[in-house]
Amino acid sequence: MTLVASQFITGISIGAVLLLIALGLALTFGQMNVINMAHGEFIMAGAYTTFVLQKVFSDAGVSLLVALPAAFVVAGLMGVLLEILLIRRLYARPLDTLLVTWGVSLMLQQLARDVFGAPNVQTRAPDLLTGNVHLWTGSDGVELTIASNRLFILGLVLVCLVALTLVLRLTPLGRRIRAVVQNRDLAAVSGVPTARVDRLTFFLGSGLAGVAGVALTLLGPIGPTMGTNVIIDAFLVVVVGGIGQLKGSVIVAFTLGVLQSGVEYATTLSVAKVIVFVAIVAFLQLRPQGLFTVRTRSLA
Amino acid sequence: MSVLTGLGRPSRLRTGLGFAGGALLLFAVAPAVLDDFRLNLLAKYLCLAMVAVGIGLAWGRGGLLTLGQGVFFGLGGYAMAMHLKLADAGPGQMPDFMQLYGQLDELPWWWKPFENPAFALAATVLLPMAVAFVLGWVVFRRRVRGAYFAILSQALAAAMVIFLVGQQGTTGGTNGLTDIQGFFGYDLADPVNKETVYFVVAACLLVLLAIVRQLMQSRYGELLVAVRDAEERVRFLGYDPAKVKLTAYVVAAGMAGLAGALFVPAVGIISPALIGVVPSIEFVIGVAVGGRATLLGPIAGAVAVAWAKTALSERFPGTWTYLQGALFVVVVAFLPGGLATIFAWLRGRRATPRVSTVVDGPAARPVEEGVPS
Repeated sequence: MTLVASQFITGISIGAVLLLIALGLALTFGQMNVINMAHGEFIMAGAYTTFVLQKVFSDAGVSLLVALPAAFVVAGLMGVLLEILLIRRLYARPLDTLLVTWGVSLMLQQLARDVFGAPNVQTRAPDLLTGNVHLWTGSDGVELTIASNRLFILGLVLVCLVALTLVLRLTPLGRRIRAVVQNRDLAAVSGVPTARVDRLTFFLGSGLAGVAGVALTLLGPIGPTMGTNVIIDAFLVVVVGGIGQLKGSVIVAFTLGVLQSGVEYATTLSVAKVIVFVAIVAFLQLRPQGLFTVRTRSLA
Repeated sequence: MSVLTGLGRPSRLRTGLGFAGGALLLFAVAPAVLDDFRLNLLAKYLCLAMVAVGIGLAWGRGGLLTLGQGVFFGLGGYAMAMHLKLADAGPGQMPDFMQLYGQLDELPWWWKPFENPAFALAATVLLPMAVAFVLGWVVFRRRVRGAYFAILSQALAAAMVIFLVGQQGTTGGTNGLTDIQGFFGYDLADPVNKETVYFVVAACLLVLLAIVRQLMQSRYGELLVAVRDAEERVRFLGYDPAKVKLTAYVVAAGMAGLAGALFVPAVGIISPALIGVVPSIEFVIGVAVGGRATLLGPIAGAVAVAWAKTALSERFPGTWTYLQGALFVVVVAFLPGGLATIFAWLRGRRATPRVSTVVDGPAARPVEEGVPS
């Protein structure tokens, strides 16, 4: 019983990381239908921001707290720049956007290699976030714990999720974003500046990638290729979750996390990856449009 | 000339002359001009060009952006390498790395059929086609398309690499299958045999080219372009777009498999680093640069990009990465027809419609977003 519970907790924490990475994509891919392969490099930018800030502030806790908003802004501005320079011209060609942004991600990786060096770098975690948090002791005397940095990430993803939901539901910007997603032409004739809304949506989505990057520094080293390693899983989360809303991504991220952790315990990491992939393809047989869909009469 | 891409038919004479010229170039000029080392490099590039021909068909003509051709390239390559490793080891023996990493006492069951050369040769093409058939059938039948298909195909490449690396005892892990000595009884260290491998590669490329040309000129080719540009209309006309797409995807996979199989004797190694997500996208780069919807563009692009990579990445590794990224961005964003359309454009803008008919016309967007509520 405790074993199941501890695998479940591992799965939830894998899912939290997955969701944090996918949350930005749920905005840019899910809402705007832009496939941004450089999203992984925005995550990397957030991670390196943490690294640089730790050189400035010697205290690990202070630098982490400063890094969260700073990484949001850095990655967000990179996203806006990308949107203005390239993506804006390619809204009608989603597949070409994918290829173009992959070229951008290639250049950003090399830039990171030139600036910070090819080897991975490491940040120090604040003392508060090392070690484990005790959850409860099972009847068989086995203790159930969760690593405190993973608990922090779980909290962070919940905060981001709530904040994003509030922005989308309650603010004028959120109302405009939803209007543009649901019917671009009608929004435009109603006076919504769609181009500016696109840009702000992209800022939010890319900024969230930066926040995810800060979280990843707590889990492992920072390197030029860290973005590529996580981006495919994140895209799968959004694809399976269904585009146009957030709740699908939330459910799928945690489900995939638990599935991955369970299968990995029963077999090995490599087999687990293959099984999860097969499960995703099988799921898309049942619901080709993802878990939740915004219903339309369009044929697509 | 027709407005739609590829519906014009060049005369048989011109095509015949083109093939004769290509054959002359590959079989007479190249071996005479290039030394052994460069000829071997060209063999490697031509293998990559075979993958590109398949991508040109599936993506350029069919609009299926497949970011996982490395998987099929790898399946073909591993099938061939498994046979050659077993042949190198001799009858009843096991490849060297298995005792080293796997501590295995006997050959795994799924290695055994590859002792038979006929089975291995058939598997290099049929295995990738079978995998493509299964994935394509489940994906296209449920109308998963566009970006979703691209991401799934990329995830397949990622999953395959993780799987290969994880099963080090039976697949060689990160190292892959290396140190291949012989090719069906011929010693690969001998330059004469290396040259023969080149001729085999060149001949296969010409055959694939002829097949793809025939496909493109046929009714099927017109249907494929129609599915790319207006899938729903094709469905309303009574065709099944899923079958049309599936055919292109399976043919492209078979070509990638054959390319992988020939890559092994030409280069002497197959490893996860050669078939993963990044190499899979690099295949696509060559096709995009050369011209995705043309017959020869993918070949020219693949060879040129691979050559530039070898030439530049050794001397300026960082610069090459910037250049590769920039080239990709500029070509895809501003010249979607690839460099092939530059010449056509200079010759009086005959091919300009190609640019505008390439995948996902601007009209697609408002339809997708129309939410009646």
